[in-house]
Amino acid sequence: MANPSAVCNGHLHHHHHQKQNNLLKSGIYKKNGITKGLKKNGISNGTLYKKKFVEHFEQAPMYVAVFTFLGFGVGTVFGYLRDFMRAWGLEKRNVAAEREQQKDFVPLYQDFENFYTRNLYMRIRDNWNRPICSVPGPQFDLMERVTDDYNWTFRFTGRIIKNVINMGSYNYLGFAETDVNALKTVTVELQKYGTGICSTRQEMGTLDKHVELEKLVATFLGVEDAMVFGMGFATNSMNIPALVGKGCLILSDELNHTSLVLGARLSGATIRIFKHNNMQSLEKLLRDAIIYGQPRSRRAWRKIIILVEGIYSMEGSIVRLPEIVSLKKKYKAYLYLDEAHSIGAVGATGRGVVEYFGMSPDDVDVLMGTFTKSFGAAGGYIAGKKDLVDFLRTHSHSAVYATSMCPPVAEQIIRAMKCLMGLDGTTQGLQRVRQLGKNTRYFRRRLHEMGFIIYGNDDSPVVPLLLYMPGKIGAFARRMLEKNIGVVVVGFPATPITESRARFCVSAAHTREMLDTVLNALDELGDFLHLKYSRYSKSSHPELYEETRLELED
Amino acid sequence: MDIKRVKDYIYWLYYQYLLITCSYVLEPWEQSMFHTITVTVFAMVVYTAYVFVPIHVRLAFEFFSQILGGQPESTV
Repeated sequence: MANPSAVCNGHLHHHHHQKQNNLLKSGIYKKNGITKGLKKNGISNGTLYKKKFVEHFEQAPMYVAVFTFLGFGVGTVFGYLRDFMRAWGLEKRNVAAEREQQKDFVPLYQDFENFYTRNLYMRIRDNWNRPICSVPGPQFDLMERVTDDYNWTFRFTGRIIKNVINMGSYNYLGFAETDVNALKTVTVELQKYGTGICSTRQEMGTLDKHVELEKLVATFLGVEDAMVFGMGFATNSMNIPALVGKGCLILSDELNHTSLVLGARLSGATIRIFKHNNMQSLEKLLRDAIIYGQPRSRRAWRKIIILVEGIYSMEGSIVRLPEIVSLKKKYKAYLYLDEAHSIGAVGATGRGVVEYFGMSPDDVDVLMGTFTKSFGAAGGYIAGKKDLVDFLRTHSHSAVYATSMCPPVAEQIIRAMKCLMGLDGTTQGLQRVRQLGKNTRYFRRRLHEMGFIIYGNDDSPVVPLLLYMPGKIGAFARRMLEKNIGVVVVGFPATPITESRARFCVSAAHTREMLDTVLNALDELGDFLHLKYSRYSKSSHPELYEETRLELED
Repeated sequence: MDIKRVKDYIYWLYYQYLLITCSYVLEPWEQSMFHTITVTVFAMVVYTAYVFVPIHVRLAFEFFSQILGGQPESTV
């Protein structure tokens, strides 16, 4: 697929962001790292995408990968040394072990499999599972804890670290708040219904609140009907087995969330993986599926379903929905879209990726999402045609057996959704969505200018900042906490081994001052830890850059 | 003030070494062991370079000049 429009796209980008694009001027064909996204759009880019789709997946210089492996090598060597010492009794064992009487039985705890957890994760464990003691709004309070034996046990000092800036919570629209006026209706419902449901949907757990909420979700998304569940993870893992079974084919993205993977495996269907957001790979799989059919009998597949997410939370990339929908229509497959992170966070009025690309919700067969992220509550939903939702009401495990959503939480979602849709009479919802967009673009632009390697689409509020080396993971998180900023760092099992990262979640509740504080801290820390690997950035002081240009022209 | 800047810079270099080799996460006694080994290996490399590299460079230079020049230097 020759790409005449790829150059066209480069020019468009150049016109809109003149300050930022010396990189694209000098030939996008040379710089493979940053233009991977632009290149692969191909001819369809001009007609399918109504606005530019810019994603960055820059590769770090080679020495970074070498040092990362070196770091892991050192950690592994010392891990073996410590394991040896533990096995020979030179050091106390802190992991779970069987009782003395059970030593001759089949081992209960497989020591070797936890090598990584025991020897590498334990050393920097104090950066995860930090208990907080306030609402996770734009700032929160943290309980201080110290360790006396290198992270095997912790104890609380009793002190509370106040007003730590929160860059890790999925609080995209800022609905995690304790403002009494905002939570008035929730308090009323809490006093009316209490907190417990004590039943499943099928028995006595369907309340009028659920019916109201489902109607509201359907109106919000522009579909016929919706169903809500008490837990987002369970929505995926329990409903996919109801939709597909043996003899069906699931085409799932490489980087799908564990809930989707679990649901796919539970269903018993055949699973094939396509490369992340790569339409050529997906098309090839679709063609092979239709041409060759099922593996041994060569019969046609009963159903082909494509599982994708709206925003991938580890990469910050947005799904290429227009291309997937055109593929699905061509090859007659079904599409299951998991909008856990994108509902409320992208789109002009917060209605998710379907609105972001200007498409109609009828194009997607199963719309799934969660209320945990943008709505400040808990739970998930599945929406689509009325027949689909009626089918799920009787056949889904979660609908039949799981306890339903509790009423105050349902009321919180109702009030958040009404605020977003403008039904409460104010424009607060729209303001929040706009503020989130502004914050996202500002944050990403500044990070690019500073020279960090950031993954993902320019419009996604999830911002992964690459750290690469294992030593830097712990150092980064600890130093940011010293500066009173709470971040989430992610390492090996959740990400590829060379690409550990810090993941920021921008929120509409963050003010410009908070973002500036965080950015200044990142600037300092980037210099101190040497994290600014990007080869395509400008200098970090755009004003100075302009000034020197003027001086030269004098 | 200059001394402080130099000291800060040296501390920064040491910190980079700790991060790159992932010895930042090790316990103090492991760090001491690791530093000892690293310094020993580095010292051995430096010593070997000091002793052997000039001799090898001189021999290589003579070898190549003999091939290129073609003059019988070695009979003297």
